[in-house]
Amino acid sequence: MTGVDTGAARGPSLAGRFGIDRSVAIAFGCILLILAGGALYSPAFLSPEYLLQQLQVGAFLGIIASGAMMVILLGHIDLSIPWVVTLGAMMATAMVGWGGAAGVWLCIPFGVFCGAVVGTLNGLGVAYLRLPSMIFTLGMNAVAQGLMVLHTGGFAPLDQATKAMHFIAVQRSLFGIPNALFVWAIVGLFVIYVLRRTAFGRAVYAVGNRESAAYLSGVNTNRVLIGCFAFSGAMAAFAGVLLAGYSNKAYQNMGDSYLLPAIAAVVLGGTNILGGRGNYLGTIAGVILITLLQSILSVMQMPEAGRQVIYGCVIIVMLLIYGRGAKARS
Amino acid sequence: MSHGAMSNARYWLAHNAGVLTAVALFAVMFTLYVSNHSAGLTPAVATTAANKAVLLALVAMAQTLPVLTRGLDLSVGMVFVLANCIASTIVVGSVGTGLLGVAAVLGIGALAGFINGAIVVWGRLQPIITTLATGAVYYGISLFIRPSPGGDVQSDIADLLTGQLFGVVPAALVVLFFIVLVVWIPYRRSILGRAAYAVGSNEQAAYMSGVPVQRAKLLAYTLAGLLASAGGLMLTFNTYSGEASAPIAGAYTLNSIAAVVIGGTSLFGGWGSAIGSIFGAFVLRTIEDLLFVFDLPPLWQPLFQGVVLLFAVSLGAFRILRVRNRLELFT
Amino acid sequence: MPDRKPYLELKRISKRYGGVAALTEVDFSAYAGEIHAVLGENGAGKSTLIKIASGVTDPTEGEVLIEGRPVRFRNPTEAMRAGVVCVFQELSLLPEMTVADNLSIVDPPKWGGMIDAGAQRDRARALLKRVGCEDVHPLELVRDLPLSRRQMVEIAKALGRDPRILILDEATSALTADDVERVYAIIRELKASGVGILYVSHRMREIEALADTATVFRNGRKIETFRKGDRSVKAIIEMMIGREVTHQYPPKPEPKPDAPVALAAANLNWGREIQDVSFAVRKGEIVGLGGLDGQGQRELLLGLFGVLRGVSGSLTVDGHPVPLKGPRQAMQAPLPMALIPEDRKTEGLMLPMSVRDNMTLAALPRLLGRFGIDADKEAAAVNVMVDRLRVKTPDLDAPVSALSGGNQQKVVLAKWLMTEPGIILLNDPTRGIDVGTKQEIYRLMRELANQGASILFYSTDYAELIGCCDRVLVIYDGRIRRELTGEALTERNLLESALNIDASEQAA
Repeated sequence: MTGVDTGAARGPSLAGRFGIDRSVAIAFGCILLILAGGALYSPAFLSPEYLLQQLQVGAFLGIIASGAMMVILLGHIDLSIPWVVTLGAMMATAMVGWGGAAGVWLCIPFGVFCGAVVGTLNGLGVAYLRLPSMIFTLGMNAVAQGLMVLHTGGFAPLDQATKAMHFIAVQRSLFGIPNALFVWAIVGLFVIYVLRRTAFGRAVYAVGNRESAAYLSGVNTNRVLIGCFAFSGAMAAFAGVLLAGYSNKAYQNMGDSYLLPAIAAVVLGGTNILGGRGNYLGTIAGVILITLLQSILSVMQMPEAGRQVIYGCVIIVMLLIYGRGAKARS
Repeated sequence: MSHGAMSNARYWLAHNAGVLTAVALFAVMFTLYVSNHSAGLTPAVATTAANKAVLLALVAMAQTLPVLTRGLDLSVGMVFVLANCIASTIVVGSVGTGLLGVAAVLGIGALAGFINGAIVVWGRLQPIITTLATGAVYYGISLFIRPSPGGDVQSDIADLLTGQLFGVVPAALVVLFFIVLVVWIPYRRSILGRAAYAVGSNEQAAYMSGVPVQRAKLLAYTLAGLLASAGGLMLTFNTYSGEASAPIAGAYTLNSIAAVVIGGTSLFGGWGSAIGSIFGAFVLRTIEDLLFVFDLPPLWQPLFQGVVLLFAVSLGAFRILRVRNRLELFT
Repeated sequence: MPDRKPYLELKRISKRYGGVAALTEVDFSAYAGEIHAVLGENGAGKSTLIKIASGVTDPTEGEVLIEGRPVRFRNPTEAMRAGVVCVFQELSLLPEMTVADNLSIVDPPKWGGMIDAGAQRDRARALLKRVGCEDVHPLELVRDLPLSRRQMVEIAKALGRDPRILILDEATSALTADDVERVYAIIRELKASGVGILYVSHRMREIEALADTATVFRNGRKIETFRKGDRSVKAIIEMMIGREVTHQYPPKPEPKPDAPVALAAANLNWGREIQDVSFAVRKGEIVGLGGLDGQGQRELLLGLFGVLRGVSGSLTVDGHPVPLKGPRQAMQAPLPMALIPEDRKTEGLMLPMSVRDNMTLAALPRLLGRFGIDADKEAAAVNVMVDRLRVKTPDLDAPVSALSGGNQQKVVLAKWLMTEPGIILLNDPTRGIDVGTKQEIYRLMRELANQGASILFYSTDYAELIGCCDRVLVIYDGRIRRELTGEALTERNLLESALNIDASEQAA
């Protein structure tokens, strides 16, 4: 350090320190816009109760998106989310029966573990077989589906959620804040810590930007790939466990409506679908944005058809706007 | 010149090894199926099999085109379902209005594909995310058109296209053959069709050689939409109704990718053919039928299919054995 | 000079990449029916000139004229339409397609609106015959052809476009002696039929045999255009080398032949690119890798760093065997190894990431505190490097893509210096960076060597090898053919030895 002034000049800018870039700002701007629009429709939109409820619903998506984000940061994609969500829910509820007395305690970790196993297999396929992730994970999704069909059809398993699942998914314990929100916060803090403060997190960005350069710098890129896919699988399964708690049971197709929103939330939060760029704050913004969008559409009694169309269009339009900005700057 | 002709044939065989493998695989499996079927190979058995198989074959053909350019179309299943829903609404009335409806459905399918292509080419978004998002839009439109299963279809056309020609040949196969003849073969032999291969093989070299890269991609996605909607039409003729079903759309998208791979087309672009994808689709369908005749418990079928799919896509991993410089693994 | 109008004319052309000038105010003309040799060392601006003439890139300034009319090529197709066709050094063939498809990729013969495969095959056969490649079947896939055949197909493809000006960029580098003769014959034939030819080559012999006119480039500027026979080979080489490159290298210490061996390679083999290579580098020594570009030098460096699969032979570092398994293993060698890769944009840096993140990526294990990466430790380490290498950056969080080429390369160097390497492999580290930074890098190399590091240095710039290295191993066709030390290490020796080796090979 040659002097105080250079030190200051080399310090990160305030916005940069908090990870606020253009796309994150746009995403938060859209959230405010939706809230303002909703408030015009009905003042109830700004009530704390409504907002907390949205955050609770958003927490499930947020947990899935946390995993999806790690994979997208690598420049890959995890399309096995739908059935891994279901797998997590079904394995957790089934463990209650299989595990005997310990089942009640083991069920949540077991569900998450099963998701992590599928995720690890995804990672192995992408890292060692060098197969395109979207295709390998699609195949893995089909395998998970096959397993779950077999599971539910064969043994007529216990599919009721436990009290613990219900507790963390639905109830509120501290200051009336939903427990699910705390869970998301813990997951989120973990992701932020990993991405910002660990060598693994740096490696995630490095692999996403240029895997060859990361490899030549001594990064164990295969380990990074497998780790992120395993995390994605674990988080999808964890969300499945919570969803089972939320609706009191596990059922087929429960994860179907989470794939596109999860990817959309990550991408709308400014994470580059090609990898290497993005921060968790953006993902939070994306999750809230998607959740509010869904909520406002359902409050306006928009049918599923319209929701799908608006979803798709919002994603395309926002990405085109982000892309335009990126091109203008370069 | 017999020497020249012979060596030409040798190269033709080598270039089409993937397709021929799929054909052989299908032949073996289908023989196995027919010989274990209680009725044997009757026109009725063949027609039932053909009617189911042609649907996936068309969607798989559709998927082949973007894959050849080193892209992907995750919306083929949605376009397929969209065409099904629209057809169940407008391919009605007299044969004349029905045919008009058919043309309209195909036009809408091509438009859907063109939109995908336009976003990929001019918007410069990734094919995966683009088609994932447009797929949602197309599915939403399907739901809008057909909130609950139902509708109808012009029965003369439907019966003609799903029955038998001369009481023997499954008409659906004739339709497929016709589509290969008027869409695929001219495309394969057109400049833009070959440009699609060039783009998939090496986009940079293609550009340097003066290949029309953008138009090739646009046409590939547009034709993909057209072919997927042809599949949706055939579905309508089979079921006499429309249904906006997300699981069906998802399953067709997934199976189309598997069929493409089984048919010998490289997911890294530049190599393969829609003919291979047709037989890849036939193979997948026959697996299902085989599970049926061999009395595999129905509950095992989805798992079995999933494993077959995963195995099929893993065949692509053989390329890494050839890599001598590890840096090439990352491209 | 013939008293007629040139077919292709470049007027006051300049091209800059980022802050680096690749071409500066160049005037250049090519005439029909004339063979024009384009000469210069690596990085002299020849490739940029060709890229502009053939429509691959736009000039930053200046204009291109065809038969006196100004034109602007937006892409290679437009240049081809105007009659300027290039045989690229990096092949422009499509590997997954047949030879026949490749030869008629743009304007195939048609029948009823469709490509006529039969006619296309016949056309391919005719073109292949013209370049003497009757052994290549039109239906063979390009990816199945050996490199020398691909090069001939590339030439056939260019011929098929009826060029008015044909540009051959190092077109004979991968060819066998027979093919080279055939290419000469084709070139003379084309010349007789009124085609103008731009011929880029390193080989003086070829130029003597072929050229009517020659132009020498150096450092992005045109030095001189002259008729064949007007200048001696000696004079031409001097023109290529130039005179201003002196006094910019740090002094070399006395040789220390008894210093311990840091790195010893024995019998390394990897395909054609590395053949039976054995050598040793002592502590504190800078050893250069010389020879023509693309003779296996890059592969050798990658192989030592464990990047190539299936390298046979052994590597010992400080007396201990080191497996050739990958960068991680190389970094854990008794003397940690470091590789400054060839292409800093794809192999050295994560361009959108910050200066800080790029610099510390390889050394992160050293910067961990109790709760993961210690931000203060990291900032301190980065600041030390920024000051030591004088990296010019707005701040540490600026993306490296915002830096100039020279500063980017400094970031790559900083990344590896943070790992405190004992063996440094440098793969052409000064390519495309400014003179000032080059000198800093030379100084840094010598400083590191004086502190005990061993350096293996590949450069395409001969002057640099002479100025920096204690010894130079001249590599040809994957083998070490000669070692130059002390007095024998001169630019002329180096250039001539590389060319002489080449000539004797062709004669053999």
